[in-house]
Amino acid sequence: MALPAVLVFVGFGIVPLLGVLALSFANWNGIGAITAAGGRNWVAVLKDPSLPHAVWVTFLIMVLSWAVQTPISLLLGVFIAGHQRYREALAVLYFLPLLLSSAAIAIAYKSLLDPNFGLGAGLGIPLLSQNWLGEGKLAIGVVVYIVSWQFIPFHSLIYQGGVRQIPRSMYEAAEIDGAGRMRQLFSITIPQLKYTIITSSTLMTVGSLTFFDLIFILTAGGPGNATRTLALDMYIRGFQADLMGPASVIAVLLVLVGLGLALLLRRLGGGSASESQMEGA
Amino acid sequence: MARASVSRRNFLGLAVAAPLAGTALAACGTSGPSTSSSSVGGGGSAATYWYLSGAPGEGIRTDTVKRFDKANPSTPIKGTTFQNDAYKTKVKTAIGAGQAPTIIWGWGGGTLRQYAQADQVVDLTSWFSSNAAVKDRLFPSAFGAATVDGKIYAMPCETVQPIVLYYNKTVFDKVGVQPPTTWAELMALVPKFNDRKIAPLSLGGQSRWTNMMWLEFLFDRIGGSEVFQAAAEGQKDAWSNPAALDALGKVQDLVKANGFIKGFASITADSNADVALLYTGKAAMMLHGSWTYGTMVADGGDFVSGGHVGYLNFPTVEGGKGDPSDTVGNPAQYLSISAKATPAQQETAKKFFATQVLSDAEVKEWVASGGVPIVKGSDTLLAGSKDADFLKFIYGVSSGAKVFAQSWDQALPPTAAESLLSNIANLFQLSISPQQFASNMNAVTNK
Repeated sequence: MALPAVLVFVGFGIVPLLGVLALSFANWNGIGAITAAGGRNWVAVLKDPSLPHAVWVTFLIMVLSWAVQTPISLLLGVFIAGHQRYREALAVLYFLPLLLSSAAIAIAYKSLLDPNFGLGAGLGIPLLSQNWLGEGKLAIGVVVYIVSWQFIPFHSLIYQGGVRQIPRSMYEAAEIDGAGRMRQLFSITIPQLKYTIITSSTLMTVGSLTFFDLIFILTAGGPGNATRTLALDMYIRGFQADLMGPASVIAVLLVLVGLGLALLLRRLGGGSASESQMEGA
Repeated sequence: MARASVSRRNFLGLAVAAPLAGTALAACGTSGPSTSSSSVGGGGSAATYWYLSGAPGEGIRTDTVKRFDKANPSTPIKGTTFQNDAYKTKVKTAIGAGQAPTIIWGWGGGTLRQYAQADQVVDLTSWFSSNAAVKDRLFPSAFGAATVDGKIYAMPCETVQPIVLYYNKTVFDKVGVQPPTTWAELMALVPKFNDRKIAPLSLGGQSRWTNMMWLEFLFDRIGGSEVFQAAAEGQKDAWSNPAALDALGKVQDLVKANGFIKGFASITADSNADVALLYTGKAAMMLHGSWTYGTMVADGGDFVSGGHVGYLNFPTVEGGKGDPSDTVGNPAQYLSISAKATPAQQETAKKFFATQVLSDAEVKEWVASGGVPIVKGSDTLLAGSKDADFLKFIYGVSSGAKVFAQSWDQALPPTAAESLLSNIANLFQLSISPQQFASNMNAVTNK
């Protein structure tokens, strides 16, 4: 049963990964012959002053979007886990942004945020007609906002599932002991959601490492290089500057950082992965 | 218990799978034109042709292909269109993957050199010498960017496209000022327009090559065409030439004086938002290619038909050494033949070049769209056009230029061009100084 999956994974996962590793030690402009470069690409990329900036931007977007998404999706998840009918209807509405492609979202927001023809200029609201994508700090804020807008529904869904798995009996016992709603949230719901939080955080952080399409269409890494993340930097080096070797170096770095992050988050969950949270176990 | 073990497997799956999404991109790229080339011509015998979308060129290119297919029903050419910025990456990836179309549309210059050096395009030198009539009817200046190490690798086609300074006459009348003929006059206009809440200059800065046009002209006007030429040839410290530093400083002065429209760094040229700013009167002037005239005609309402559009060659700079007649832009567009194409496909492509490219019918269409075809004597056709004044102006600028330089990002090899564009974006953001720009670029182009 597992064999087809393994074949697909090796063919489309492991083999390209090894190819990228090999390319990171080669000179290739995407068209001509591939020649060996030794460690030169690695030295050049690691010495490049634009690399720390790209790493900084990537981590800034990762941390900010995690910090914005996690509390909101947790609360929304808890809210829509209730069983009242209106919550079902709201849950469907919350889910809508997830149905749109990143490219469509980027194009729509780009038009809305246009300082001359956008929403702010159209409605004549000065607060809205900021230079949203033309100033570095604002542009990062906009990227974080749109990423959050797009992915909060997804993470709310994960939290909703997690909340519904918490046994009712725990809340009943808490109510008998006189715990209020806030106390129940902090003493039962959030601790019980520990693994859901780790799952969701892993998806967010590792996902934001390779987040590309939205930023590419929205700002193309600009203004200047204010939103040039590692994934974008890799693309620009590889496919616009024709430096497949250095681009592969960044790709390898992305894989390593992604693996490291995923492992770190697992460790944060404690060595208690096999320990059950279920009552009575 | 069960839940915990499932989630562990999920973590490992995620950890490995998520970064792969990124690396797969680097490894495979967009895997070529799977839809178009495989579905075309059943057996792969039909020649394929990729070109740019967008009015007015797309319609004319498509018509030319249709005329060819009608005349040669047994050996048709299948065309596929792409948007400008996306096409540059797409065609390069396809060529690298050995899936290039038979006929490759391009800008010549550094990219063509790269294709030629990798033996990906057919050497057309001997074909041109045995078909001298095809060559002799075109502007000789168009062949410079088609030539690599003395060999011709592309057929020049379409139109000559110098970059000119457009202005909105209505806005100039409202403010009561005259169009600039010198850099000092241009700088003096900036506060006058800003006081009236009109942006002095429109700029689609996110596309970056739009910013580059300002530097191309300033370098030329201040130091002459040899300043950039020296840098392109890899001479040591060419970007630190005092004329270059002066030009870089002048552009930053213009940015600091709010010469460019607010938010220019987030406006793209592909969306034509920069052109819209000019014809809606939100901006007074715009430095842009002659190809944007077609957009003004199509989308600008009565902007062109009502005579509200003005155009000039770039102003002179006081004390500058450059010839005021010099211009930059695209001397032509270029069609190459893929070396990977079958002999039959190559024959079809050559027949296309000889019989349909810039045929009388195509030339008429280009003139009607507001373009000047690179065919000698096409100025006689211009008089009949409703845009005769503009076309004569473009013909005059192009044929009267002492030096018609190719756009920098096309003239340089792609690796250097990308560094250049990246540094230009930072220069316009004021995040690097002219000296930093010069030393960054010296490191890129020095041999």
